[in-house]
Amino acid sequence: MSARRSFDPMRLGIYLLLILFAMLFLVPVYVMLVSSFKPFAEVQDLSRMWLPPKAPTLESFQAAWFGVPEKGLRGLSLNIFNSLKLTIPATIISSLLGSMNGYILSKWKFRGADLIFALMLFGMFIPYQSILIPLTRVIATIGLGGTIWGLILVHVVYGIPITTLIFRNYYAEVPTEMIEAARIDGAGIFKVYWKVLFPLSMPGFVVVIIWQFTSIWNEFLFAVTILQRPELQPITVALRNLAGSQIKEWNLVMAGTLIAAMPTLIIYIILGRYFIRGLLAGSVKG
Amino acid sequence: MSHARKERWTAFLILLPSIILLGIFVYGFIAWTMRVSLSKWDGITPDYTWVGFENFHRLFSKDIGGVAAIRFRIDLWNTFFFTVLFLLACVGVGMLLAILLDQRIRGEGVFRTVYLFPMSLSFVVTGVVWQWIFSPGTASRPRGVNALLGMMGLEQLQWRWFTSTESIGPFHLALIPVIVAAAWQMTGYTMAMYLAGLRGIPEELREAARVDGATETQVYRRIIMPMLRPITLSALIVLGHISLKIFDLIYTMTGKGPGFVTDVPGIFMFETTFQGNHYAQGAAISIVMLLMVALVVVPYLVTSMRGEVER
Amino acid sequence: MRNNRVWFLVLALVLMSALALSACAAPAAAPAAPAGEGEQQGEAAAPAGENQLEIFSWWTAGGEADGLNAMYEIFKQKYPDVEIINATVAGGAGSNAKAVLATRMQSGDPPDSFQVHAGHELIDTWVVADKMEPVTFIFEDNGWMDAYPQGVIDIISANDEIWSVPVNIHRSNVLWYNKGIFEENGLEPPATMEDFFTVAEALKAAGVTPMAQGDNGVWADNHLFENVMLGVMGPEKYAGLWTGDTDWNGPEVKTALETYAKMMDYVNEDHAALNWDQAAQMVVDGDAAMYIMGDWVAGYYTSLGLEPDQDYGWAPVPGTDGVFMMLSDSFGLPKGAPHRENAIRWLEVAGSKEGQDAFNPLKGSIPARTDGDRELYNVYLQSAMDDFASDQIVPSYTHGAAASEGWVTGISDAMTLFVADLDVEAAQTNLAQACVDAGVCSE
Repeated sequence: MSARRSFDPMRLGIYLLLILFAMLFLVPVYVMLVSSFKPFAEVQDLSRMWLPPKAPTLESFQAAWFGVPEKGLRGLSLNIFNSLKLTIPATIISSLLGSMNGYILSKWKFRGADLIFALMLFGMFIPYQSILIPLTRVIATIGLGGTIWGLILVHVVYGIPITTLIFRNYYAEVPTEMIEAARIDGAGIFKVYWKVLFPLSMPGFVVVIIWQFTSIWNEFLFAVTILQRPELQPITVALRNLAGSQIKEWNLVMAGTLIAAMPTLIIYIILGRYFIRGLLAGSVKG
Repeated sequence: MSHARKERWTAFLILLPSIILLGIFVYGFIAWTMRVSLSKWDGITPDYTWVGFENFHRLFSKDIGGVAAIRFRIDLWNTFFFTVLFLLACVGVGMLLAILLDQRIRGEGVFRTVYLFPMSLSFVVTGVVWQWIFSPGTASRPRGVNALLGMMGLEQLQWRWFTSTESIGPFHLALIPVIVAAAWQMTGYTMAMYLAGLRGIPEELREAARVDGATETQVYRRIIMPMLRPITLSALIVLGHISLKIFDLIYTMTGKGPGFVTDVPGIFMFETTFQGNHYAQGAAISIVMLLMVALVVVPYLVTSMRGEVER
Repeated sequence: MRNNRVWFLVLALVLMSALALSACAAPAAAPAAPAGEGEQQGEAAAPAGENQLEIFSWWTAGGEADGLNAMYEIFKQKYPDVEIINATVAGGAGSNAKAVLATRMQSGDPPDSFQVHAGHELIDTWVVADKMEPVTFIFEDNGWMDAYPQGVIDIISANDEIWSVPVNIHRSNVLWYNKGIFEENGLEPPATMEDFFTVAEALKAAGVTPMAQGDNGVWADNHLFENVMLGVMGPEKYAGLWTGDTDWNGPEVKTALETYAKMMDYVNEDHAALNWDQAAQMVVDGDAAMYIMGDWVAGYYTSLGLEPDQDYGWAPVPGTDGVFMMLSDSFGLPKGAPHRENAIRWLEVAGSKEGQDAFNPLKGSIPARTDGDRELYNVYLQSAMDDFASDQIVPSYTHGAAASEGWVTGISDAMTLFVADLDVEAAQTNLAQACVDAGVCSE
């Protein structure tokens, strides 16, 4: 085996290639970091764009987080909070729904269940533009226009396919014998879920919750069409606004992107394993 | 009612809320959008007067649609090139990284994390950062990549990036920075899929081939590649449908660009509907988008489901 | 037994969803209900945070934001209990904001009052759709009918009602120039389009970029184009474009497109990457000699600490002397405004002499009223006030005064293509088609 050799130019090449790619992947992070730690005057000096800050300062983070009222700039802290208020309930509700659905679709298949499942799955692939016009009108008609609840509802509904899919694949691995045994003991549909599957579900929930949390946190199209009130805007919309300004303070914008990216990034770094599992489950069969 | 039958009913009842919600929010709304696309609705107030396929004709015939048709044609070409190159980059680089990482690498976890972390970001974040990196600045004050090239004394490589209107045939070169950004975000995904696939191939298989005298390259070409094919298919479908409906990234990073060099149907639909108030026209664009995605996804779903039933 | 449990669960589910729905409905119901008469004066049930005023605009930075804040200050002095929510959406001369506003109005979530360009942008989109309340009563109650020029009242009126309160007037047709460069080369600002090209040629020969452009955002192309059209065809023909009297297939539009294409030989090469403020910067930095842009440029220069007539010069766009292409920002009263009483109070501040004299010197525009205090305005703005009083007025299409939003979108698409390929014939066909699509021209 090649790995046992003490020196192998081939392996050196492999490491060099891996390191080269890693550096390329980190270029945007580098740019974000060096820009966000610079004061405005320095970030304006484009000849220094790629150089580290002369004297790192937290002032852009402060401005991005708390806002600069005299410049008409609202702080992103508010939007982070909005995103949490939106993401947490939507994630929990859609995970619970997905768990029940996945349970039924893997262990209690009735006739036509597969067809229903396939029809549900289609909902996660559609371009959301194709439902956007009716969606905005319906949300308005039921009185949820411009509320966080409206956006939560939307994310719950369009989250059902993926959460159902992940749980269905997850529960499919639970041996049918366990369920048979419980049923012989007289357990019904809910008791089997509660006594047998739910205790086994934690890893599944972690995968689904991470997946839903990141995708709802990162979502833009629904947020931009449904929740535009400044005091309710989620972070992605606020960030787009910050970056779309006529006169861009790039240090501020980069600090904003770091703030916006932080929650999902932290989750990813800590629970990356599960994130990958969620990713793989997202590809229908994995 | 028999016991089993009752339970089947219960099972169905548990699914029912989801079925109803998705029935309305997916299928009901699609039907509604289709109806809008066949109507005269132009302006804030709905107008469901039937006009048949006129809004679609306007998208596909230059004589009727004028600039809308021209824009849509450019959009379709852009989507085509974006999709092809984006998929090539993700699959190519993703597979390369997976194979490299599969060589018993020290610090594999670190590398994996680095390649995969962009996946956890929003397309909005990606768009904002890469806009900063690729924004060309002015000739006298270059910025982003141009500033870097200037620092390295490579001024002749400075370019107008996503504001360039140069093209090779129908391929707008301004798309390249956008493809780089998208590939940066999604390559980790294919890498993770391939890595999982590679780890799923039993070592005995490779060993057996080696015993038979196959070189490492041959092992990959004859044994491993074929086994990764289903993964490639999955990756192509998942990434393909993302690229066909891409919106956030390009909307944030470049917008439609001069001469629509970076325009895609998603942006056209959004602007037409919510800026121009041409609701029926916007609905027609979104229905075409839906058909494009369905063309890719439905066969995949059907075969997946069939495969499962056979199992 | 099991049967019971199932039904219990179904019941629980139903109850839960009912609870969730009522929880959803509660916050939504409050803003949806029309504000009652006594609502403001601390109705017992209304929480303190509900006494709000949400103003929607795209004034996020610089003098515009300062001006808006100055009006807020006046409002706060008068109504200290009201919490102002400054809802702003940045970018693209309001094009982003308009999309946002449309989605909000569509989803039944109007702000209390929103910035809108006076004219067709307001009338054809929002008034026609019956989404606005007339504000004629505010004009009558405050005795404003005589305080505003008739021409302005005409632009904001339809169906015998007034639909918005204009806060300012901007001029579109201004040529900004670098005085130093012009003096060094012994040049005068061009008066006609022929002069323009003579001057541009001379500047080019002297190694100076003759004209700045920053059209990262198609509205800047529209802006230049409306000025070229006005300069080439004159005010009557230009105004006729928007009523269907001037033929979009005619020779005037063709000449305008050709002139535009020719101008592109004289602009900075990186124009597609720049915003308007960067292009304006080029002129004062000496990187370019001229720039055709609206007079918010003067406000931008002021925010840089530059003095009109010293640090920069201005003239009407070539061929448009004696004509004032105007646009106006105004605020309207949407139906279903969550805090209608406060919105009316806001409109009263925005339309008052005090409000406009606080706003406009900072914003870099002139008041829409005729009684503005001249002393408060700089040399440039004083000259604009004089011209506005004496010149022939035509509406800007780029900024919503002349054409509906849908039509402008169509023209924008034509211009997006045109600036990339400069194909005059194709552009003219597309522009003519846009007029037909807008329902103004017949096939």
